[in-house]
Amino acid sequence: MALAKMKADTTEARLSGLSLPEGAAWANAARADAMDRVCRMGLPTKRDEYWKYTDPTTLTAPDAAEAALFHNDEGPLFDAVDRLKIVFVDGVFDAEASDDLAGEGIEIARLADAMSADIHWAKDLYGVLEARGQQPVERPLAALNTAMATDGVVIQATGKVGKPINLIYLHKDVRSDAVLHNLVKVEAGAEVTLLETGPAAARFSKQLEVEVADGGAFHHVRAQGRDHERRAVTHCFARIGAASTFKSFTLTFNGVLTRNECVLEIIGDEAVAHVAGACVGDGGDFHHDDTVFITHDAVNCESRQVFKKVLRNGATGVFQGKILVKEGAQKTDGYQISQSLLLDEDSQFLAKPELEIYADDVACSHGSTSGAIDEDALFYLRSRGVHPDEARTLLTLAFLAEALEEIDNEVLAEDLRDRLEGWLARHS
Amino acid sequence: MLEIKNLKVALEEEDKQILKGVDLSIEAGSVHAIMGPNGSGKSTLSYVLSGKDGYEVTEGAAALEGADLLDMEPEERAAAGLFLAFQYPVEIPGVGNMTFLRTAVNAQRKSRGEEELSAADFLKEVRAKAKSLKIDADMLKRPVNVGFSGGEKKRNEILQMAMLEPKMCVLDETDSGLDVDAMKLVAEGVNALRSEGRSFLVITHYQRLLDHIQPDFVHIMADGKIVKSGGPELALEVENNGYADILAEVA
Repeated sequence: MALAKMKADTTEARLSGLSLPEGAAWANAARADAMDRVCRMGLPTKRDEYWKYTDPTTLTAPDAAEAALFHNDEGPLFDAVDRLKIVFVDGVFDAEASDDLAGEGIEIARLADAMSADIHWAKDLYGVLEARGQQPVERPLAALNTAMATDGVVIQATGKVGKPINLIYLHKDVRSDAVLHNLVKVEAGAEVTLLETGPAAARFSKQLEVEVADGGAFHHVRAQGRDHERRAVTHCFARIGAASTFKSFTLTFNGVLTRNECVLEIIGDEAVAHVAGACVGDGGDFHHDDTVFITHDAVNCESRQVFKKVLRNGATGVFQGKILVKEGAQKTDGYQISQSLLLDEDSQFLAKPELEIYADDVACSHGSTSGAIDEDALFYLRSRGVHPDEARTLLTLAFLAEALEEIDNEVLAEDLRDRLEGWLARHS
Repeated sequence: MLEIKNLKVALEEEDKQILKGVDLSIEAGSVHAIMGPNGSGKSTLSYVLSGKDGYEVTEGAAALEGADLLDMEPEERAAAGLFLAFQYPVEIPGVGNMTFLRTAVNAQRKSRGEEELSAADFLKEVRAKAKSLKIDADMLKRPVNVGFSGGEKKRNEILQMAMLEPKMCVLDETDSGLDVDAMKLVAEGVNALRSEGRSFLVITHYQRLLDHIQPDFVHIMADGKIVKSGGPELALEVENNGYADILAEVA
C-alpha cells in the first residue's frame, strides 16, 4: 500500500496544475488517451523495479531544478557537415535560427502545426508506438510526454534524403523545463539520417517515434551533453519493417541524470537494428542510464546493442538491456554487450542484461563487464615514450571504439571522437 | 652508454630479492648478450631498466649516458634513448598500429624539443621500414598486436625500434616463439640498426639468435648476478655444455 500511495502522491503532485494542450480533434484525443495511461499507470518512483538503479524523483517533481550553463569554447557539433538545421531553444522551435523546413525526398513540419491540422499522417504515429511500448514494461514518463508535448518536428522521408537533419537543442534558461516530441516516418525504400545535438534544457523530456517501412533505413546519431546539472529522460519508440535498417548511436557527456530508453520492435523479416551508446562521466553527481528493449517478431533479423561507459570520481552508469525473441522469430541473431571502464574505485556500473527467447533456432549472446585501464597496455605505451595522460586518453578512446564503430558515417564519428578527446583532455 | 653498478632489486609484493648485485658496462656501438637459465633475473633486469612497476631497487645504480635511469619515469627513459623489445608484446584492442607508432614517435620528438613528423613523412618512413621487415599494410592498420602471430609481434617490436631510433636497445628474449625464418628476419632488422652510436643488450636463452646477431660480449647470469663474461665463444660453450658446467666452475 505504501508504494501505491507514494505513486499516487507523486502522480497527483505532478499533474496538478497541468492542463492538456489544445489542437485538432485527433490530437486532443491522442493527448487525452496518453493522460489516461499516465493516470492508470502512475508515475514511477524509486521503488519501481524498472527504476531500481535510477531515482526518478527529480524527473517526476512538479518543478525542474536549475541547471547552470556550462561554457566551453567548442563550436557546434557536425559543423563541417552539410545538414538541415532545426533549432530549439529551451524546447521551443526557433524559426529564425532554423533552415527552411524543406528538402529533397522529405516533408517536414513543426509538430504544433501537424497537431492543429484536421487531417495529418502524424495521427497514425503520434503516441501510437509509445502506447504499444507500454507492454510488457510500463513507461509512464513517455505517456506524460505524449500528453503534454506541443513542440517538435514531424518528418516524412519519401526517398533518399541527401542531407542529414540536425535537431539542435540549445539551452539558455537555467530553469527551463522542456518537452519535445518528434516523429519520423521512413517510407518503403527511403533513407534518412537524423542528428540530435545539445543540452536542450535544465530538465528535458523528449520522445522520438520512428516507423521504418520495408526496405527503409533510419540512421540516428545523437550527442547529449555539456551542462553538468541538466536532467533528461528520453524515449525512442521504433517499429521497423522487412529488410529495413535502424541504427541509433548516442553519446552522452556530463549530466546529473540522464535516462535514455529505446524500445524497438522488429516486425518484418531480414531487418537489422543496432542501438549503441557511449557516455563519459566525471564526479559523484553523474548518473547515466541506458534502458533498451528490443523485440524480435520476424524471421532472420539481426539486432545489436553496444554500450560503453567511462566513469570516474564516483560517477554511476546503468544499463538495462533486453532482447525478447517471440515465438516464430527464427534465425534471430541477437547481440548485446555493455561495458564500463571504471577509472577509480568510487565509480560504479550497474547492469541488468536480459534475454527472453521463445524460438528454438536463434543465436543470442550477451556480455557485461567492468574494469580498470589495462596497466600492461599503459606501461607498453609509456615505454615507447607516450606521456601517461595521453596514453590513458588513447586507451579510453580505444575502449569506446567498438560503440563508435556503430556509426556508419565516418565524418560524424570523427567529430564525436574529437569531442571525446577534448573531454578526456579536460578530465585527465 | 649504459652503466649498471651493483644493482640489487627486490619484488615489491613479496620480500624476494631477484637481482643481487649486477655490474655491466656497455659502451657505445657494442652488442652485449646476456644468457642464463630460467629464473636467473634476465627479464627482471630488462623491466627494471625500462621502469616497470612492481620492482624495488634496494641498492645500486643504472645510468644511460651518465643520466640516472632509475630516477626517470618510463616515458622519460624512452625519450632519453632507451628501448625495450618486449618478450610478450602487449595487445591493445582499439588502438591502430599506425596511430600507436605515430603517437610514440611524435611523443618522443616532442619531449626532445623536436618538431612532430608530418603525416606524409611519417607514412613514407613507416612504409619503407615495414617493408624490410615484411610487415604489410594490413598489419599496420590492425589494432596493436591483436591477432598477430608470435613472429608478427616480434617483427612489430623491431619496427617500433626502427621508427624510434633509440640509442640503447634491450631485446628481451626476442627469439622466443619464433621459427627459423622469423628469427632471421628479426635478426636482419636488428643488424640493420647496428651503428656506432647505438648499443644493444640481447637477452636470450639460446645461442641460436646469436648466430644471427653477433655479439661483442657475452655474459652469463645466474641467481641475480653476472657470473661470467667473455667473447662470443662463451655462447658456444653454453650451447655445447649447458649452464651446469659454467655454474659449477664459478661456484
